[in-house]
Amino acid sequence: MNKSKSFWIGIVLSLVIYGVFQFLIEGEIVNDFVTDTLILIGINVILAVSLNLINGITGQFSIGHAGFMSVGAYISAIITVKQGLPFPLALVCGGIVAALAGLLIGIPSLRLKGDYLAIATLGFGEIIRIVWLNTDYVGGASGLSGISKETNWTWIFVCVVLTVVVIQNFVNSTHGRACISVRENEIAAEAMGINTTKYKVMAFTIGAFFAGIAGALSAHNFYIIQPTSFNFIKSFEILVIVVLGGLGSTTGSILAAVLLTLLFTYLQDWPEIRMIIYSIILILTMIFRPKGLMGTREFSFKSLKKKGDQHGTTHTAS
Amino acid sequence: MDYIIQQFINGISVGSIYALIALGYTMVYGIIKLINFAHGDVFMIGAFVSFYAVTLLHLGFIPSLLISMAACALVGVIIERTAYKPLRNASRIAVLITAIGVSFLLENGGIFAVGAQPKGFPELIHKTQYTIFGNVTIDSIQIMILAVTVILMILLQYIVHYTKIGKAMRAVSYDMEAARLMGINVDSTISATFAIGSALAAAAGVIFGMTYNSIDPLMGIIPGLKAFVAAVLGGIGIIPGALVGGLVLGVLETAVSSVGYSLWRDGVAFAILILILIFKPSGLFGKNVREKV
Repeated sequence: MNKSKSFWIGIVLSLVIYGVFQFLIEGEIVNDFVTDTLILIGINVILAVSLNLINGITGQFSIGHAGFMSVGAYISAIITVKQGLPFPLALVCGGIVAALAGLLIGIPSLRLKGDYLAIATLGFGEIIRIVWLNTDYVGGASGLSGISKETNWTWIFVCVVLTVVVIQNFVNSTHGRACISVRENEIAAEAMGINTTKYKVMAFTIGAFFAGIAGALSAHNFYIIQPTSFNFIKSFEILVIVVLGGLGSTTGSILAAVLLTLLFTYLQDWPEIRMIIYSIILILTMIFRPKGLMGTREFSFKSLKKKGDQHGTTHTAS
Repeated sequence: MDYIIQQFINGISVGSIYALIALGYTMVYGIIKLINFAHGDVFMIGAFVSFYAVTLLHLGFIPSLLISMAACALVGVIIERTAYKPLRNASRIAVLITAIGVSFLLENGGIFAVGAQPKGFPELIHKTQYTIFGNVTIDSIQIMILAVTVILMILLQYIVHYTKIGKAMRAVSYDMEAARLMGINVDSTISATFAIGSALAAAAGVIFGMTYNSIDPLMGIIPGLKAFVAAVLGGIGIIPGALVGGLVLGVLETAVSSVGYSLWRDGVAFAILILILIFKPSGLFGKNVREKV
């Protein structure tokens, strides 16, 4: 079975899933709680898949993803609340401005490697948060309220599919291969003539774009956005999803996003226990299964017949 | 002029807290190349241990400080043994993620155990103001902070340079494999490093509680990150660098607050971090080492 055929199977399958849930929601067979959970799952899938492009595929350890998310959330909210423009425009603008932020942050910080990059991206995420905190135009610490609820199952579905298709096609393209080579061995990749900075910045920009989209979707789901909802605890939550799913596996990210969001929603009445479980999952994953659920493998219909469809060799992050 | 000197004194006393935490970061990084994210939470535990030592056992300043340092040394060793030791040969990112996990666990375990509400830290030393000259004042807590910091620094300097375990620590940080071949017990040396670093963080926690009179389970996050900034600023892995980095950061922060931008204080700290990482990644005291293939 070739790539394009399994691609179309995937599209059809997801359309079926969409149709089923759309029918259930339209017919009011499922309640609002289920719809909200679906929306949360969708947002987390977008965040995890986009962070996986940076952390898993390109091997750049970024822990400031909530910063990009907040850019998307605030920009889109400014556009709909302050300017009164339509939601689709706000969604696109949120993504684009977040991508610009990713570009801006990517260029200087990608001279750094490993844990230094991690701490720098963490710092950038915090700086973005402090900027929102000190901007009176967006409400400062009390946040921006009065955002209309625009996010629904259809929007979430379209954005999730778009994210997965774009990122998966990017990963399977020449550029994606270059990104994987950066992950496997940066110095060797550079010696082979790959412009490593270019690919790192590219991954950062695309990742930030989709994080911005997720931010815009989440802003138009919760009526209010506050700087504190995008602190590094949020970044770590996204990181846990990606790590649990397996750094380098898009399907792993999706799987983990679904599982952890369900776990989270189930435990939402006990917030402390929820976070304790989260952290224990993170520690145990690292000690007993550092590759995560999927490793760098991707789930595909082919791999159902023949086990093991590995793109890239052993995963060795610096 | 008096105002500037006053702010400088305030900055030094804030910076001492950062310096004490930064030492733990720098020692651990120097020896196993790990950013121990949980270090800021050990600092929080230190503050809480002394809080309970004072409120429940009615101990004074020195005993509660010692108890909290001992307890945190133990906590540090337990964290290292359970979470980091199984990953000694794993990739650095795996250990970093584990450290984030441990940090999460301590924060939320803390909320679970003592509640999220801030607790008022008791006044251990009566706060009296002394006028040095002009309008410049220094209070007894600031004097105590400086005294504790200086004593601990001298102690640390002594341990690292003149004791057997200090020599082992330096050897392991220089070359772990060679040290092992020379008969140094690497695991116990690493544990000792965690114990000493955590004890220093605990002291910082007690001082923090006394300065700000309020402690809560999430108090370790921001000072922990800033102490890391201080460690990077001075050159990570270098002990005097951590001290200088902490003091410089404290003074700069106080300067930013005193000219009326107190809300931007944290932002400035992270901006310094990023500028240092970009222009002088080895820090003020470090030498640049080119990575080899």
